[in-house]
Amino acid sequence: MTALPDPMLPQRYRIQRVRREIPDTFTLELEPENGVDIPQFATGQFNMLYVFGVGEIPISISGDPAKRKLLVHTTRAVGTVSKAMRALKANDVIGVRGPFGSYWPIKQAEGKDIVIAAGGIGLAPLRSVMYHIISHRERYGKAVLLYGARTPEDILYRHELEQWRAKFDLEVDVTVDRATGSWRGSVGVVTRLIPRASFDPHNTIAMVCGPEIMMRFTAAGLEQRGVALENIYVSMERNMKCAIGMCGHCQYGPNFVCKDGPVFQYSQIQGLLSKWEV
Amino acid sequence: MQTLEPILAEHPFFKGLKHEYLQLITGCASNVRFDAGTYIFREGEEASQFYLIREGKIALEIFAAQHGPITIETIESGEVLGWSWIFPPYRWHFSGRIFEPTRAIALDGKCLRAKGEADHDLGYELMKRVAQIMMERLQATRLRLLDIYSDIPGGRL
Repeated sequence: MTALPDPMLPQRYRIQRVRREIPDTFTLELEPENGVDIPQFATGQFNMLYVFGVGEIPISISGDPAKRKLLVHTTRAVGTVSKAMRALKANDVIGVRGPFGSYWPIKQAEGKDIVIAAGGIGLAPLRSVMYHIISHRERYGKAVLLYGARTPEDILYRHELEQWRAKFDLEVDVTVDRATGSWRGSVGVVTRLIPRASFDPHNTIAMVCGPEIMMRFTAAGLEQRGVALENIYVSMERNMKCAIGMCGHCQYGPNFVCKDGPVFQYSQIQGLLSKWEV
Repeated sequence: MQTLEPILAEHPFFKGLKHEYLQLITGCASNVRFDAGTYIFREGEEASQFYLIREGKIALEIFAAQHGPITIETIESGEVLGWSWIFPPYRWHFSGRIFEPTRAIALDGKCLRAKGEADHDLGYELMKRVAQIMMERLQATRLRLLDIYSDIPGGRL
């Protein structure tokens, strides 16, 4: 019998490529040092990435779940660890623990319309869902991606968004809060895209990721359109340490975001979102 | 001859409005089309109409001397363009430039105001619908004011 790997012990991964996405956001493509496949992960799950000598942070997996050779993470350089991570180069080694946490309800969404609403870097934890939908398009009804960014220069995965938009069986709508340069796309917040999108609200699963305020407004917009709160899922972000529900750093009301989340049914946490102290 | 009434009845702005009111409003409506790059109206001009967008994209712009035209937001299919027709001094606060070829129903503001004054029930219905649009745009504006994608705490990693 093979012993399960210790969830607290990071595995060594070698950086194959660092991709600069937008000025403060980058993607790491990682390969296990021992040459084995990456662990099977579900869309929406996260790993703990360890910059040796600096620290460890949780980052959602943004790669294709069907590809078992490369582990892909996109993050934004905002704190000590993520800034140190940005300085890493191809061939450097990083520690990885995971995958951890709950996942997007892609199985439950089969046979239904699917609405993906993302804001800013919130598209990263949902990109794996897009890969899955495209690979299994026949399993879903209408597939809609609504994406909002701050400016045209802040649009994440722009090349892929353009490719997805060119497909005849996906509806991709992008908006920016502030137009710059020669932008001729939509201007306005991401919630403005909800009434314009074509889906059957009574037969839809919605997956939402972005800043918490964006998720609240988006859930309200989806509910106004007729989507039941039980069919809206969001991905939460909290300061995680152990990632296995032991240390309590990410406790969120009765939940641990690392173990019970990061993906939650909106109806499960709606009451917590507007509380000042949880 | 087919009137614009069925088209008005289908537009979200007039959804659920009584048939008798739709008939009255149809008398103030006309079918319009605009080419990309043209201006429907310019800031400061008299706001004598508003538009139910059937298809297309319009940018609401404001002109700033050092920046040129700045797009505030875009109005698209199924949405309503303009509420300056209902409030004095009935002048456009922004300019409306066509981004994509647009088909719309234009509604004569003076005609509607007169009908709303003559029948306050109709006037109240119109005011509720305009207020709903204003509330939605105000909420969206508040959300934009928060600049949620910047480095404020609560932004994603």
